[in-house]
Amino acid sequence: MAEITEERAGRMRHTRPTGWSRAQTVIRGVVLGLGAIVFLFPFYYMVIGALQKDPDPTIAGAFPNPSNLTFDNFVNVNERINLGTGLINSGIFTGGVLLCTVVFGVLVGYALAMLKWRGAKATFALALLVQVIPFQLLQIPLYVLIARDYGLADTHVGMILPFAINSTAVIIFRQYFLQLPKELFEAARIDGAGEIRLLWSIALPLVRPALVTAVLLTFIGPWNEFLWPFLITKDAALQPLAVSLANYISTVAASTDNPFGAILAGAVVLAAPVVVLFIVFQRYFVSNDLGSGVKG
Amino acid sequence: MTSAVDSPGAPAPARAGAPGPGSTAPASGPRAKRRLSHRIFGRQPLGLLFSSPYLVFVIAVFAFPIVYSVWISFHDFFFAAPGANPERPFVGLDNYINAFSNPAVIRSFGNVGIFLLINVPLTVVLSLLLASALNKVVHARTFLRVSFYVPYVTASVAVVAVWLFLFNGNGLVNTVLGPLAPDPSWLINENLAMPVIAIYVTWKQLGFYILLYLAALQNVPKELYESAATDGAGRIRQFFSVTVPGVRPATLLVLLVSTVTGANLFTEPYLLTGGGGPNGASASPVLLMYQLGIQQGQPDVASAIGVVLVIGVLIVAFIQNRLVGERD
Repeated sequence: MAEITEERAGRMRHTRPTGWSRAQTVIRGVVLGLGAIVFLFPFYYMVIGALQKDPDPTIAGAFPNPSNLTFDNFVNVNERINLGTGLINSGIFTGGVLLCTVVFGVLVGYALAMLKWRGAKATFALALLVQVIPFQLLQIPLYVLIARDYGLADTHVGMILPFAINSTAVIIFRQYFLQLPKELFEAARIDGAGEIRLLWSIALPLVRPALVTAVLLTFIGPWNEFLWPFLITKDAALQPLAVSLANYISTVAASTDNPFGAILAGAVVLAAPVVVLFIVFQRYFVSNDLGSGVKG
Repeated sequence: MTSAVDSPGAPAPARAGAPGPGSTAPASGPRAKRRLSHRIFGRQPLGLLFSSPYLVFVIAVFAFPIVYSVWISFHDFFFAAPGANPERPFVGLDNYINAFSNPAVIRSFGNVGIFLLINVPLTVVLSLLLASALNKVVHARTFLRVSFYVPYVTASVAVVAVWLFLFNGNGLVNTVLGPLAPDPSWLINENLAMPVIAIYVTWKQLGFYILLYLAALQNVPKELYESAATDGAGRIRQFFSVTVPGVRPATLLVLLVSTVTGANLFTEPYLLTGGGGPNGASASPVLLMYQLGIQQGQPDVASAIGVVLVIGVLIVAFIQNRLVGERD
C-alpha cells in the first residue's frame, strides 16, 4: 500500500516538465544510477573473482574471460571448510531462530494487540527497548552464562538462545494484528471461540504478509551473524558458514594458491541464499512495515 | 507511520452469550474467583500467558546479563569449570583502572571516535539524499530499491571478502589508481585502515537507513511542498526547509542506530584489517573485549570496557537527542 502512495506522489510531481525540472530528473537518474553501480559492483565482482582460475586484478579482469573461468575454487574451498556442513549449521541456527520467533513472537504480538492484560504496555516498551541494547555489553556475560555456566558451548541451542525471539518481528506482528477489524473478533468470541482458535483460524490467515516480512527480516539476522557463533563454537563440525569462512579468511587462506578465488567462492555460497530470498520476496521488504517495526 | 501506541483491545464479554452491543458495562461475570484474577492480571489474563515465553527470554538474555555484566566489572572474575563456584571478591574500580591503563584500550576508543566521525555524518547525508531521489523516481524503482538494500541483507563476512580483493595491495582499486595508489596500501596503512572500515560500514548499512528515510518521507505533508513552491522556493530550498525538518524524527533514529552499530564494530576490523591492524590502528573496543576477555581470560576487564563503552554511547545518544530531537 505504501508503495502505491509513493508511486503516485512521484507521478504527481512529474506533471509539469519544465526545462529545469527535466534537468533535475536527469541529474537524479545519474545519481541513482551511479549509486546502483556502487552498490552492485562488488557483488558482480564477487562472482567474477570466484570463477577466475588466476586472480586478475587488472581492469580487464573485471570482465569475464572464457579462458580464465573455472569452478575449481568452489572445490578448493570445500576441501578446507566443508561448505555443506557450514550451510547445514547455518540452516539449523537460522531455522531455530525462525521457529521460536514465529511461534512465540506471534503469541506475544497477538496478546499485545488484541488482549487486555496487566503489563501489556510494559511488555511493548520492553520490546522497543531491547532493540537498542548494544550486544557489546552482553557479549561477556552471555558467554559466561551460556558457554561456561550452562555448558552450551559447541551446541546449536547455545547458538540459537540469544537470538531466539526477534523483537522487531514481535513489533511487526503486533502492528499487523492491530489493523485487523475488532468486530470480527468480538463476533467470534460471542460465538464461543477461544483465543487460540481466534488466533489460529482468523488472525493468522489475515496477517500472512506480516509473516513473510518478519520471516525475511529474522532470517538475515542469524544467517549473517558472526560474533556470537564465533565465540561459542570452536568445533568446526558445528560452525555456521559465516564462522568457518571467516576462520578460513583469517588463517588458512595464505597457504593456498589462489586464496582470493577460494575465499570469494565461499563468499558466493554464503551470500547466495539471502540474496536470492531477498530478490524473490523483495516486495515484502517495504519501508512502512519495517519502519514501524523499528520505530514502534 | 501508523503507530497506535495506545490500543484498547476489544472489550471482550466475559461470558459467551452476554452480547449487549455498545454496552460499556464491565463484564458481568459474577464469579468472584474470575473477578479476583481480573484484578490481578487484567481482563484477559491469557495475554500474560501468551507473552510469558517472550518475557522469560528478555529477562534471561537481556535483563539479567546486563546486570551481571556490571557485577562482573566490579569483581575479580575469571572463567571456571561448569559447576565450580570459586570465590570472586569485590575489587572496586581495579578492572577499570587495569583496562584504561592499557594504551591499546585508549587507542581503540579513539579509533571508534574516528570511525563515528566519518561514518555517522556520511550515513545521514547519503541516505537522505538517495532516499529523496528514490522517492521521486518513477522508472526502475524496484531495481534501484533492491540494489540499494542488497549489501545490507548480505553477510558482512561474505562482503568483506570482496573488499579484501578490491583493496589489497595489488587489487583492482590500486590498479585503477595506478601511481595515485596509497603506499602502504589501504588496509595496512595506519592512517587509512580506519577510514576504509568506516566507508565500508557506511556502504554496507546504507540500504537500511534509506529504508527508514523512505518511510519518513511518506509522512511529510504534500501541502508543505506546494505552499513552499507558491512562495517561490526552488527545489533545493524546498529540500532544506521542508524535507529536512519533516524527516527529523527519522534523522534522530538514523543517528542513534548508526552510533550504536558503530560502537559494536567487530567483524570488519577482525577480518578486513587482520585483527585491528596495523599496530592497533583499526582495533575497536569490542575487538579488544574479545581479545582480552575471551582469548586472554580476563572477562572482568572486558566487562569494564563494555560498561564504559555503553556509557559513552549513552552520552553521545543524549547529545544527539538534545541537538536533533523534537523540541517542544
